[in-house]
Amino acid sequence: MDPSTSVFNGMRFAGIDLVVSVPCVNLKDILPMIDNDPNIIHVPVTREEEGVGICAGAYMGGKVPAMLMQNSGLGNSINALASLNKLFHIPLVLIMSHRGIEGETICAQVPMGQLTPSLLDSLDIPYVVPTIDNVEDAIIHAWNIAADKGRPVAVLLEIGFWEAE
Amino acid sequence: MKRIDAISMIARKAEEKNSLIVANIGYPSRELNDLKDRPGNFYMLGSMGLSSSIGLGLSLAVPERHVIAIDGDGSVLMNMGSLATIAHQNPENYLLVIIDNGTYGSTGDQPTATSLGTDLGAVAKGAGIDEVHTVDNEEDLEKMLKEVDRGVLVVRVDPGNASVPVICLSPEEIIERFMAESARPSE
Repeated sequence: MDPSTSVFNGMRFAGIDLVVSVPCVNLKDILPMIDNDPNIIHVPVTREEEGVGICAGAYMGGKVPAMLMQNSGLGNSINALASLNKLFHIPLVLIMSHRGIEGETICAQVPMGQLTPSLLDSLDIPYVVPTIDNVEDAIIHAWNIAADKGRPVAVLLEIGFWEAE
Repeated sequence: MKRIDAISMIARKAEEKNSLIVANIGYPSRELNDLKDRPGNFYMLGSMGLSSSIGLGLSLAVPERHVIAIDGDGSVLMNMGSLATIAHQNPENYLLVIIDNGTYGSTGDQPTATSLGTDLGAVAKGAGIDEVHTVDNEEDLEKMLKEVDRGVLVVRVDPGNASVPVICLSPEEIIERFMAESARPSE
């Protein structure tokens, strides 16, 4: 199975039914899959922090929310993840394309890429780094932990993830 | 017109329509809490700028319920992309009320861009929202609240906060009772 289909299946099996997205070149094949699924509401957003707010509102209305994003957007979301999700114990799955690590060709991606794991640690956001073989289970697990603990959980999809077949 | 008068009229509409309300951080939440506390009020305690986004997510999740987000001019200026997202989602059950007093009222009334020429009604229109109204007195607000259930309503008011206490509910209490209420079917 190709990486994009595996991520999409993981989202479906996790019961995710509202997705906000800020695109990344690595996520581009997943977005049409979401658009074509009548059971998932897709909300493209202008900035990741906005997406955190939409997902929080959706969760309060009974949805299982996820945000598809690049790791650069973590920096745009930190206050909301702390003063909204952490404060009110609101779960969220952050499905994050992790740029700026091994295999990166764009130098501007490197600073945030290197900071991403430690920023997640600082925010007390657990994360998993799946391979294509376990990404479906990883996303299901991420939502279960998020819902159980009332907090965001991240799924970091590294550059090498997208090269697997 | 003062903000608390506008919030009072919005709270009355919300009771009549059994609407869920998302109230902006700071004095808007405190004023609503003091005027008319109810489980269907979600009081933001942080995350400035996100009232309109939380309201949008909620309205998409519960299309059978009516949702009102009370936001401020400073907060909308902080998250103007939200207006574009609301425009293309275009939920029929969602009314965003921007109470525009031209200042950052919860931090000492520093002027916002709306007192320097920015017209948030025009911004909302330009973002693609088809139903946008602006009012600046109680009579027009009353009329608009009767007629309009979706889109954006900009309410121009005078600067200044009412003398109201801080909210004594914990975050856990606010969200628990709000989610129990949002899960109930509309009457």
